[in-house]
Parts: sequence; structure tokens; C-alpha cells
Amino acid sequence: MSEKLDLLLDVRGVSKHFGGVYALNNASLSVVRGEVHALIGPNGAGKTTLIHVLSGALPCNGGRVVFDGNDLERRSMHERVTLGLARSYQITNIFTRLTVLDNVAMAVQSRVRDWGSSFSFWKPFSLDSAIIGEAHALLAQVSLSGMANRLAGQLSHGEQRSLEVALALATKPKLLLLDEPMAGMGPEESERMVGLIEHLAQQVTILLVEHDMDAVFRLADRISVLVGGTVIASGSPEAIRGDAEVRRAYLGDEVA
Amino acid sequence: MGLYATTTRRRIAAVFVLLGLVALPWGMRLIGQEFYVSFASRVLIMALAATSLNLVIGFGGMVSFGHAAFFGAGAYCVAVLAESGVTSAWLAWPAATGVAAALAVFVGAISLRTRGVYFIMITLAFAQMVFYLVVSLKTWGGDDGLPLLQRSAFGSLNLKDDSTFYFVVLAILAFVLFMLDRIAHSRFGRVIQSIRENEVRMEALGYPVFSFKLVCFSLGGALAGLAGALMANQAGLASPNLLHWMQSGILMVMIVIGGVGSVFGGVVGAVLLLVCEEAFVEITPHWQIGLGLLLLAVVLWAPLGIAGLFGWGRNRE
Repeated sequence: MSEKLDLLLDVRGVSKHFGGVYALNNASLSVVRGEVHALIGPNGAGKTTLIHVLSGALPCNGGRVVFDGNDLERRSMHERVTLGLARSYQITNIFTRLTVLDNVAMAVQSRVRDWGSSFSFWKPFSLDSAIIGEAHALLAQVSLSGMANRLAGQLSHGEQRSLEVALALATKPKLLLLDEPMAGMGPEESERMVGLIEHLAQQVTILLVEHDMDAVFRLADRISVLVGGTVIASGSPEAIRGDAEVRRAYLGDEVA
Repeated sequence: MGLYATTTRRRIAAVFVLLGLVALPWGMRLIGQEFYVSFASRVLIMALAATSLNLVIGFGGMVSFGHAAFFGAGAYCVAVLAESGVTSAWLAWPAATGVAAALAVFVGAISLRTRGVYFIMITLAFAQMVFYLVVSLKTWGGDDGLPLLQRSAFGSLNLKDDSTFYFVVLAILAFVLFMLDRIAHSRFGRVIQSIRENEVRMEALGYPVFSFKLVCFSLGGALAGLAGALMANQAGLASPNLLHWMQSGILMVMIVIGGVGSVFGGVVGAVLLLVCEEAFVEITPHWQIGLGLLLLAVVLWAPLGIAGLFGWGRNRE
């Protein structure tokens, strides 16, 4: 109470409708610098739509999004990444016909502030050893070092999910939007992903959309609940667990 | 393994092919077929035009069906400049390249807001607009085209000599191929090839995708303009055929046969297509049926084109 919260992301009353259907209806949410903030909600609640609106893939119909002091309205997708807002995809979105190393190197190379622009036509990329070295380090971080020269399309589902996170991480974001990183994973793979996110949480603020409640309650510092396009509750995991409205709307018997 | 065009073996092969091409005029003189030197120039110019389209389609993933507009713009630029007394190649050829580049920036800035079939159609529409505009201009010769009374002046070299002209064309093509190889392995080249693979992901990694595509598209247009300038010199005419949509189609067929996204794809396709045409048109006017079958076979069994079959394609190290 004594000190003002350091807000990294402030979503104020954002709405998004497709025709007459509201996917987001006056949704508000704030992410504090340094936390893991989980966004949960039943299927169709608008979680992925919110990620799309935050990343700039979809324009919103109303409300404001302020990220790190910048109003994101009119900022294109790539500008938002440059500001430090990176996302992963619920449905794996990688370069399947490139090697795993080339995937990550492409993501590392995107940081103009570190390497200068990619409008460089003459110098062979193979001489950019700093970029390639960092790509290797990132692969080690997500336990994919052994796969560096495989085509990304040949990886297992779990490995592709790790690569997906590595791509977002390689842009050195201030806020990492993870859209269901455990989607489609078995228990062992999920366990590894939880370990990875715990590790990442020490370096970067995370907004995590996830269905796996065990993972959410283990990882999250705070949780927001999205139902029918509106955030009906935000708070600590304990507070959310005890919230009668949340239990009725969503959690049901999952937390007995 | 990887998708970015690369290889050492391919470069060694290229040097040998280049040596063979350098020797070609003497070889033709030896067997008394000097006519074919001029034909060879035409083949190399078409190879240059196809290579420029390959940069756009093969590397950038932008299926443009209006490339003839830039090709023809270069040709008309040289012919129009010659009419007004500018015959120096040092002025006319860069001007042709620049005019084609400017046209490509304009067409690209509008067309690249669309995707897929819409992009194909809008580039075609722009090219057809240019075609009908030029054909309707009586001062530029209308349907007959604009004759180029003499070849451009190129320092102390006499371009009227077919062998000299051939060497100049060969040097330009070799340099452009070397440049394309450098670009393919540069940061820019890797970015456009990754955009071809997954445009949305590139945007989500923070790349200004539109700018990269526009630069690639314009670079392709500029090189097509240069090819057009050479073509006007070779043919002694800036013909409206160079602007016609069939020309765009022929260039596209060349890179599909030769190898989409491989540095030498345009050259292989242009040589194969034009040599086949030259060889078979005497035998039967229906030789294009054979071409159709070849195209079908390539698309079905060798999607990386002939260059891909020889390991020169983009999938091989």
C-alpha cells in the first residue's frame, strides 16, 4: 500500500467484437513488473483474443492499452515487439522448414538496438558470430542444444513448444505473453515447461494464459479470471481460489 | 541442412559454366555459327530478367504476375532517351534501372497490402495498365514499339559488335548473380526468405515485414529494368511485347522450370526454355506441348526445379 505499484502493462476497458459477438467486453487488467500474471477462464472467454489485441494482431474496438508508458493504439505488431512486448502462440507458429538454430538466430537478429538493422545486403550472416552464439545459448536454456541442426518441423510437439517460447524470449522482451505454452503436452513435457517458465520468471515479466490449473497455481504471483470477455476477478492465487464468483463461473469442482 | 540457399560446390560449378560462356563467341566463330552469339546475348538477358523475378518470387515469396512492366519500362526508357539524344550506356542503363525501381516502389507500395491471389491479380492489373498506356502513345510507336537506332555507347567498347555486346551482358549477369548470392546469405536475404516461410511470425518477432518486402520487390523491379535496357539494345527495339502479361508468364515459367528460390534457377530456366524453343521450333510449331509436359513434370516431381535436381536448389547444403 505504501509504494505505488510499478505497472508494466495496463489494460483499461478493452472491447473487441466480431460483428455482434463480443469477444472482449470492457476487459481491464494490470501486470506488475516482475510478476507472473496468469490469465484463466473457460473456453471462449476471450483469452487468446486479448493476447491478439495486446500483440497487435487484432485492433480493438474500444479501451486503452498502456505498455511501459506507451499507448499501444496505432502501434503495429513489430513496433510493439521493439518496445519489449513479445508473444508465443497457442498453435505452434515456428519456421518448420528452417533449422532450429536458424529459427532462434532469426529471432535474435530482430533486435535492431543490439545488432543494427537487418537491411544489410552484402556481409554474410555467417560472420555474425555474436548473434549465432546467443542463439546457441538460448537453445541451451530451453534444452534444445542437441537439436540445433534439425529442421524445426521434425521436432516433437513438446520440443516445438519449447522452440516457440525460445523465439519469443530471443527478442529480449520486458513482457512475455505466453498463450497456453502447455497446450497438447503430456505430463512430463508439462512438468519440464513449468520448470522452464519458473526459470524465465526470474528474468522477465510474464503474462501466462493457461488451462492447466496445477501449473497456474504453482507459477502465478497473481491471477486474473476472464469470463465472457470481462475480467471478473484479479488477485493472489489464494484470493482467487476463495472467490465465490470465480468458483461459480469457472473453477467449479476443479479446486475441491 | 537448411533452407537458406548456400553451397560451395555450386560456386565451383558456376565458375566452370562462366568459363564456358566466356569461350562461347570463339567457339561459334570456329564452327561458323556467329549468328548464335546474338542469340546467346538474348538468352543471357532473359536469364537476367528471370533472375530478377526469382528474387521476388523465389526468395521473397511474392508471386508477382506483373514483372513485365519493369522489364519493358527499362527497354522503353533506353529507347526514349536515345530518341532525345542520350545514347551513353553509363547514363541510359542506370536511368532505366532507376525508372523501373521507382515504378516498382509505386506498384509494390500498393500491391503489397494484399496477399495471395489478390496480389497476383493486382500486380497483373498494374502491368496491363502500363502495357495499354504505352501502346496508346503514338509518340512511342504504339503497337510497333520504339526503335533504337543504334546500341548504347559504352566507353571505348563498341556494342555494335555482337561479341562485345555479349561479353558486356555476360559480365553484368555474372555480377548480378554474384550479388544475388551475397544477398541470399546476408541478413536481408535471410529475413526475406524467412518472411516467405512465415510472414506472421516474422512480424511477431519485430521485423517490419512490409518494408522488407517492398525493398525486395523494388530491387527485383530495378534488375528487371536493367535487363529491359539490355533487351532494347539487343533487339534494336523497345517492343510492347516486353510489357505484355505473357512476358510475365514466360519469366515465371522459366524460374519454375529452373528452380524457384535458387540463385541459378532463373539462368537454368531461361537457357533451357529458349534453347528448346530455338531447337524445336524448326521441327514443329507445336513444340510448346513438350514444354507443357516438362513444366508438368517439374511441378510434380522436381518442385525445386532443374537447379534443385543438381543440388543447386535452396534445400541443399
